[in-house]
Amino acid sequence: MVAEGHKPFIRIEAVSKHFGGFTAVDGVSLDIMKGEMFALLGGSGCGKTTLLRMLAGFEDPSAGRIFIDGQDMAAIPPYERPVNMMFQSYALFPHMTVEANVGYGLKYESMSKPERMRLVREMLELVQLQDFGARKPHQLSGGQRQRVALARALARQPKLLLLDEPLAALDKKLREHTQFEIMNIQQRTGITFVVVTHDQEEAMTLADRIAVMDKGVIRQVGPPGDIYERPNSRFVAGFIGSINMFDADAVKDGQGVALSVPALGCVIRAADIAASAGDRLSLAVRPEKITISRERPANAVNCVSGAVKDMAYFGKDSLFRVELPSGALVSVSSVNHARGHGTQMPDWGERVWLSFEPSTAIVLKV
Amino acid sequence: MVGRWFDSKGWRDIVISVPFLWLLVFFLVPFVIVVAMSFARRAELSPPIAFLDHWTYLQTGNFARLLDDSLYLRAFLTSLWNAGLATLFCLLIGYPMALGITRVTRSWRNLLLMLVILPFWTSFLLRVYAWMGLLGANSWFNKALTGLVNTILPADRAMSSIPMMNSNFAVVLVMVYSYLPFMILPLYANLEKLDQTLNEAATDLGSRPWQVFKDITLPLSIPGIIAGGLLVFIPASGELVIPSLVGNASDPMIGRVISDEFSSARDWPMASAVAVALLLALVLPIMAYTHFEKRAQERVEGRA
Ligand SMILES: Nc1ncnc2c1ncn2[C@@H]1O[C@H](COP(=O)(O)OP(=O)(O)OP(=O)(O)O)[C@@H](O)[C@H]1O
Ligand SMILES: [Mg+2]
Repeated sequence: MVAEGHKPFIRIEAVSKHFGGFTAVDGVSLDIMKGEMFALLGGSGCGKTTLLRMLAGFEDPSAGRIFIDGQDMAAIPPYERPVNMMFQSYALFPHMTVEANVGYGLKYESMSKPERMRLVREMLELVQLQDFGARKPHQLSGGQRQRVALARALARQPKLLLLDEPLAALDKKLREHTQFEIMNIQQRTGITFVVVTHDQEEAMTLADRIAVMDKGVIRQVGPPGDIYERPNSRFVAGFIGSINMFDADAVKDGQGVALSVPALGCVIRAADIAASAGDRLSLAVRPEKITISRERPANAVNCVSGAVKDMAYFGKDSLFRVELPSGALVSVSSVNHARGHGTQMPDWGERVWLSFEPSTAIVLKV
Repeated sequence: MVGRWFDSKGWRDIVISVPFLWLLVFFLVPFVIVVAMSFARRAELSPPIAFLDHWTYLQTGNFARLLDDSLYLRAFLTSLWNAGLATLFCLLIGYPMALGITRVTRSWRNLLLMLVILPFWTSFLLRVYAWMGLLGANSWFNKALTGLVNTILPADRAMSSIPMMNSNFAVVLVMVYSYLPFMILPLYANLEKLDQTLNEAATDLGSRPWQVFKDITLPLSIPGIIAGGLLVFIPASGELVIPSLVGNASDPMIGRVISDEFSSARDWPMASAVAVALLLALVLPIMAYTHFEKRAQERVEGRA
C-alpha cells in the first residue's frame, strides 16, 4: 500500500520535545506516505503519545518541523488541522448520546441537517452500532465505546487519523476482531493511519510500516518483515519477538569472515557479515529458525549440541530450552506437526542437536 | 478485632444515623414547631401564642393575611429579585474565577483558593460595616466615584454624591460580595474534576475554544452551577443582616419582615407563617426540578 516514489504525506523533520529538562522526543525524522498504515511501537514512556500529540497540534515541537500534505503545521491550531485523533482514553462526551458524539465533529461544518444525519448513520453502520445511537457512553461496553470513538474520529473524513493505543482496553478476542475492522476501514477509506501501540503483535498485524521507538529516539523504520527478520540493533532485535542473543567476535578463516561465539563453543557462519576480523559483534537467532533433532543433522553448517532443560507445550508449537556445555541457554520453538506429543519429540534431559542456516543468523554491532 | 468491629454493619448504621439524628433534633423538630405555630394566633401570653381548642379547626388566618396584605407579597418579590440578581452576578463573576483557578499550576491553585476563603477570617458583620463606610455619601469611595461620573455628566446635572446606601443596589452588591465564595467553591470542585482530554477531543474535532466551552465545559458544569446557585440563592433570599444594614427600609426583604413580626410586633404565629411560606416557595421548585430531572434521566435510560 506504500505509494513509492511519491512525495511523503507527512514529513516530520528533526522534531524534538522537551518538558523542562526532560527530552520526551529526541530529533525524530519520519516520512509517512498517503494511505499508509503506520505504527509507532515502543515501550511505556518512550514518547509515542507525545509525538502523536505534536501531529494533532496539542503540543508544540521544541525543535523541528512537521508538514502534513505539504503544509507547515507550526502555526496551525488543532481545530484547523486535517487530522483527527482517537484518544487513549476514548474521551467520549459523557453528556451526549452516541449519535451526538459521532456527529459532533460535523456540527460546525457547513452542511444541512439531513446530510449530517446521513453521515452519522453511515459511520455508525461502519462500526456496527446503528442500534445504539440514542445511548449515552456510560451505557456502552468498553468495546462499543472504542468503536464510537473510532466512528467519531472518522466522521470528519480526515486526511490523517491518529490512534493512540486504540485497542489497549479490549480483551484478546475483541482486539483481534477490531484489528481487522480497522484494517478494513483503512482499506475502504484510504485514510492515512498512524497507530501508536506498545503491543508488537498488534503493530505487526496492522501496519504497513513500523517505527520502533526507544527513549524518544526512532531506532528503526521498516515493514514488519524487515523489522523482524533484519533488526538493525540489539534493542530492536530484543524488543520484537523473542530471540537468542550471544556475544561474538569476528574471525577470519579460509572461507571468509565468520563468528567465534564463546557461548556456543564453536565458529558460526552467517550470511553477509559486514565486519572485519577482531570486531566485537552480537549473534541473534530467532527460536523458530533453529531446528532441534535427536541425531546430528548431516551437512548442517551451524550445529551445536546440548541437553533439554525444560519444555513447554503451546498447542501449535512447543518451546524448548536447551542448555549448552558452556551453560548458555538457547530457546528453540518447534511446530507440532503430529498430533499429541509425537514420538519424535525430544524429552526432558535428553541430548539434542540444534542447527540453523547461515541466512537466518542475524549479526549485530554490539 | 477492632478493624472487624469498625467494618461491622452495626457500626455503619451508627455512622449513618448520626447525621440523621442531628437533622431530626436540630432541624425537623424545630421546623414542626414553626409549622404548628403558624396555625396558632397571637396572644398576650408567654410565649405569646395560643392554639385553638380543637385541632380540627386549624387556624389559617395567618396564611390568609399573607395573601391579603400586599406588604408580604412585595417583600417576597423583593427577596426573590434581590437573591436572583445576587445569584446571577455571583455566577457571572465566580464562573470565570473558578475556571481560571483550574487552569493554573497546583501551587497557584492552593494560593488562589486560600484567597477565595480569606474574607471568612474577618467577621461577616465587620465586612458589611466596611461596605457601609464605602457606600455612604461622605466616603472617599463615593466621592471618587461621583467625581468620575461627573466628568461625563453635563455640568448642570452634576451630582454631589451617588445615592448608593440604603438601596436594593447596595443589598445586591454586598450580597454578591458576601456569597461569592459559596458560588466559587462548588463550581471549582465541579470544574476541577472535568476530564481535560474532553476539551482536547472537542478541539480535535474542529471546535474553536469558545465552542469547546459552550459544548463541553458549560454543560458538564451544570451540577456545579446548580449547587453554587442554591448555596447563594437560598440564604440570600432569607438574608436579614445585609438588608437591615445597607437596604431600603421602605422596601424590605422577607427576612426583615419575619424579624419585625417576631420581635417588634411580637406576632410569633405570623412570623412562623411567613417563614413556612418562604420555605415552601424555595423548596417546592427545587423538589419539582429534581423530580423532573430524574424522570428525564429515566426516560433516556429506558429508551436504550
Ligand atoms: N506534559 C508533560 N510534562 C512533563 N513530562 C511529560 C509530559 N508529557 C509526557 N511527559 C513525559 O514524556 C515521556 C513520554 O511520554 P509519552 O506520553 O509520550 O509516553 P508514551 O510512549 O505514550 O507511553 P505509554 O505507552 O505509557 O502511553 C514520559 O516519560 C512522560 O513522563
Ligand atoms: Mg501513550
